[in-house]
Amino acid sequence: MMQYGLLVMGAPYSSPAPHSALRFAHAVLARGHQLAGVFFYHDGVHNASSLMAPPQDELNMHDAWAELHQQHAVPLDVCIAAALRRGLMNESEAQRHGKQAYNLSPPFELTGLGQLLELQQRADRLITFA
Amino acid sequence: MATPNALLVIIRHAPHNSSWLREGLDAALVAAAFGQPVHLLFMGQGILALLKEQGSGAAGQKATLPTIDMLEMYDIEKLWVTEEALKGMHLTTDALVEGVTLLAEQQVPGLLQQHSNILSF
Repeated sequence: MMQYGLLVMGAPYSSPAPHSALRFAHAVLARGHQLAGVFFYHDGVHNASSLMAPPQDELNMHDAWAELHQQHAVPLDVCIAAALRRGLMNESEAQRHGKQAYNLSPPFELTGLGQLLELQQRADRLITFA
Repeated sequence: MATPNALLVIIRHAPHNSSWLREGLDAALVAAAFGQPVHLLFMGQGILALLKEQGSGAAGQKATLPTIDMLEMYDIEKLWVTEEALKGMHLTTDALVEGVTLLAEQQVPGLLQQHSNILSF
């Protein structure tokens, strides 16, 4: 059994990376390995937007990640600097920046890059999807 | 050359056409700030990040050269550049900032093997 970590750096619907990452995550778990966490960086932070509303016959990536978390308690960490730059924030960041809306909430968590490095150290393999 | 626990950050994108370079350097700086030894490898268009005579970014973008100049302060002293990338762009090391180390492309696999932690941007 191995501990995997995933780094997702592609945006949903612009890049196939998040979808590949999600399929990889399910495959890893189906084979009895562990998934230590998923870290969203660069354009990958868009995966965390709770405001995405794709057509009903398309996969909602936000919901698919949330489901992965519900089923397997996989942490979903989002780089705060990359997120704020791109207009993704949780309620407390929205208040701090005087914004009228927020689009990031649990199970996604805003965190620093230190969390990515920690994930890399903890996992036997860190796989990048970009 | 191998340092246990060292992080190799690979930069393959030029400045200003995306935030790959800036966010890649951010990851390198954070790792160094956490006390992890960090090495940088510039490949392909990534070597353009090291051009010493570059101004600020395209409209609305911060320059990245000041970050490159700051690496030494963070004890990031290993800046590898592949010879092939330099030749491919008709550049010599004279055009680059101080302190880069040239590496043949065939040495890259060995370098990757020496690092158990790699992030590619």
